[in-house]
Amino acid sequence: MEFFERFAIPHPSAPIYASMVAIALTIVAIIAGLTYFKKWGYLWREWLTTVDHKRIGIMYLISALLMLFRGGVDALMMRAQLAVPDNKLLDAQHYNEVFTTHGVVMIIFMAMPFIMALMNFVVPLQIGARDVAFPRLNALSFWLFFMGAMLFNISFVVGGSPDAGWTSYFPLAGNEFSTSVGSNYYMIAIQIAGLGTLMTGINFITTIFKMRAPGMTLMKMPMFTWSALITNAIIVFAFPVLTVALAMGTMDRLFGTHFFTTNNGGMDMLWANLFWVWGHPEVYILILPAFGIYSEVISTFARRNLYGYKSMVVSMVLISFMSFLVWVHHFFTMGQGALTNSIFSITTMAIAVPTGIKIFNWLFTLYKGKIEITTPMLYALLFIPLFTIGGVTGVMLGMSAADYQYHNTMFLVAHFHMVIIPGVVFAMLAGLTYWWPKMFGFMLNERLGKLAAWVIGISTLVAFMPMFFSGLDGQARRMYTYSASTGFGPLNMISFVGAIGLAVGFAIIVYNVYYSVRYASRDIGADPWNARTLEWATHSPVPEYNFAIVPHVKSAEALWDAKKKRHILFQGDYEKIHMPNNSGVPFIMSSIFFVWGFAMIFSMWAVAIIATIGIFACMAHRSVEIDHGRYISVRKIEETETKLRGAK
Amino acid sequence: MSLIFTIFTVLTGCEPLLVLDPKGPQAQVQANDIKTSIIIMSFIVIAVFTILAIMLFKYRASKQNKDYEPPHIEGNVWVETICVGIPIIIVAFLSFMSVKSNYAVEAAPNGYGNKEPLVIYAASSNWKWHFSYPEEKIETVNYVYIPTDRPVEFKLYSYGPITSFWIPQLAGQKYAMADMVNTLHLAADVPGEYMGRNANFSGKGFAENTFNVKAMPQKEFDEWVDEVKDTAKPLTEEKFTELLEPGHLGQSTYTGTHLGFMPPPEGENGGHNHGSNGGDKNMEQHQPNETDSKTEHEHH
Repeated sequence: MEFFERFAIPHPSAPIYASMVAIALTIVAIIAGLTYFKKWGYLWREWLTTVDHKRIGIMYLISALLMLFRGGVDALMMRAQLAVPDNKLLDAQHYNEVFTTHGVVMIIFMAMPFIMALMNFVVPLQIGARDVAFPRLNALSFWLFFMGAMLFNISFVVGGSPDAGWTSYFPLAGNEFSTSVGSNYYMIAIQIAGLGTLMTGINFITTIFKMRAPGMTLMKMPMFTWSALITNAIIVFAFPVLTVALAMGTMDRLFGTHFFTTNNGGMDMLWANLFWVWGHPEVYILILPAFGIYSEVISTFARRNLYGYKSMVVSMVLISFMSFLVWVHHFFTMGQGALTNSIFSITTMAIAVPTGIKIFNWLFTLYKGKIEITTPMLYALLFIPLFTIGGVTGVMLGMSAADYQYHNTMFLVAHFHMVIIPGVVFAMLAGLTYWWPKMFGFMLNERLGKLAAWVIGISTLVAFMPMFFSGLDGQARRMYTYSASTGFGPLNMISFVGAIGLAVGFAIIVYNVYYSVRYASRDIGADPWNARTLEWATHSPVPEYNFAIVPHVKSAEALWDAKKKRHILFQGDYEKIHMPNNSGVPFIMSSIFFVWGFAMIFSMWAVAIIATIGIFACMAHRSVEIDHGRYISVRKIEETETKLRGAK
Repeated sequence: MSLIFTIFTVLTGCEPLLVLDPKGPQAQVQANDIKTSIIIMSFIVIAVFTILAIMLFKYRASKQNKDYEPPHIEGNVWVETICVGIPIIIVAFLSFMSVKSNYAVEAAPNGYGNKEPLVIYAASSNWKWHFSYPEEKIETVNYVYIPTDRPVEFKLYSYGPITSFWIPQLAGQKYAMADMVNTLHLAADVPGEYMGRNANFSGKGFAENTFNVKAMPQKEFDEWVDEVKDTAKPLTEEKFTELLEPGHLGQSTYTGTHLGFMPPPEGENGGHNHGSNGGDKNMEQHQPNETDSKTEHEHH
């Protein structure tokens, strides 16, 4: 029995037992369903072993939406707990676990895969490529992320969730103050997912540099591809820092090293520095692809070319560079003195300049346009004002002396939610709606889509504006309760109402998917939005080889040229197409990583060693395997093309 | 914006927000920065909102001819110069303000002539605050009395996780850590009771990790010190170790301080080699300059 005791929840409660039952039932239902409908083979052949960037994108998307649900439930629990003073809904321990997992899930397991989903699906199409540079590595990236996410999510039913905040500051996250395995989950699960992200970074940089269609010079790339390139460059520079920091944290927790402890030469401030050297660029890893999506959407629905293409590119490059020079603003209050704070205060506020350029460029893209307010465009138009509020409060936080008053308060929480929700989440919803017809061959309902956008837009304001005020009134973040005498009650109640509004908005989106699956027309053609870039030049849904003939490009708006300037995209005849073979190794290797992670978390060394051998065996297999891919014959291409054209 | 502001001000019961109701020079500097930046930022917000509204009003598809074809516009040097120039001017101004304020809040508060600052050591432990007055040789738990119209220097450190010492109406916060002593300068101009708390998440008891601050004229403060010396029990090492146990305590008062037998992590090594395992043998080697350890040991 002693062996199993370690898996017990240190702090159980009724909802956790209920979730255990729900998880068990869901797993049984999935297994039973797959068996009953004889879908095991289909699942393995078409999804688990796929190396197709489009399918990997869709799997990222499904995972991101599941995690959005998980993180959203966490958010609702927090807002409900704080809605009234002295609430007893959650106790301190539960609240601490909930806000920790909310942060980790939303940033690392929701926003990141959502971005990966859209990058995976769209970037190869936008540059006229057949797949990414390393398709199998791409599958490995996804499965590592997926296993990391699953590992993190079982923490609340096996062994206990991390409870030291998503920033996991030491010494609080060290063995002395976090005795459960929760923080092990944090260190290991994020490590596994992070390895996947790092591989994605290498993969996409190579893809964008080496696989663009003929004629597409760097300055003729669509803006979303530009944003993806820069994002992946940031990933390659920032994620190794996280990898190292997590490895050091793991060693502190499991092997008794003293990197971040407060005795024997360790230094807790080192963790804070390493975390934010990764953490601040991470913010731009999230926001830059979002900027790319807005650029595409605003240009498409203003029916105009993007204003200031060059300054858009330059500002993104500047932002990516400066994102590495501001990390200290996350702890102005750590005591590094006036000079250091002054330097980082200036670099922080300076980032507002390139960001401002982008805002103005979007506004001027509307100038003399023919603005059509579709659902994606509505998100973009809601983004501009809301993000401006989030952005200017960021500049205020950058003033280090004043930051002594904002730091660790609800003001900060309001700021980053007003940046991340309009900035990242709206962009992801806009991108999802925009590229949905390309992914699935039908459009989401516009009425429901716009309704959801309005509900989410207004609820964001209702949920987060009050926090600016409660923060200035002295409400620290991460407090599980407060007394009535503080006067925080009414403001927190408004926030709770906003949180419910956000939940309603997301529920409308779910209903919209259901409704559109059932009722939407499948006869929408390849280019339902009258868009401007290459991904709309191929069929919806996209055939596995993307383009039957590799397109030729003359500007950043290749499809628009074809439509308006008689530019011929597809020149020449069909030729046989070289495609990569599917492989089960990424899935198997990632599953072994899951076992390895689980074993590490619970210090089961024998299992961990066997799993490590398994991981290396998978890599060795890849080294000796001979796989030259396969060819799709001209006849097969002709058949597919005829069939897809017939569907119009 | 101003409408929203009004609504929220009414909702918060017309009481001024704590941070914007400063009672000392350091908090005053910060409140001024906050108010000035809110005003400047409001202009930017209004500018963006206005341009957006104009664009949406004028260039909606529904307002235009069916065959209107939007032109191709690359960009305009002048427009882009303005869009870069104005933000640079604003950021430069704010940077100037920020740097000036940094040096102001990191130094002894202005305007008290050459009054000697009162030094108070504030140490956090899960989930309490210990205040030691090395000169007065007294110690309090979870409350602190300070004289008005005199600079106060808080020396911050922690027996445990990183915490953040924050009295919103007197000064912004600063971290208290186990391996380094931070200095927070402040002063109170107005006698009164102020809310103080740990603002940095430090585990289970974080929400209740608060303390009371009472500012009073120097004369009253001196009387209080004398009274404590007459009535309070001495702080022994055993007692202090007991106080450090994780949990919540009410307020209490002692004569003598813990600085002698459990010195703060300051000095040449910045204390990086010591930790929260108070009472460690090697910690005895470093004695803080401010404390006369002999008198301390008399209490043992």
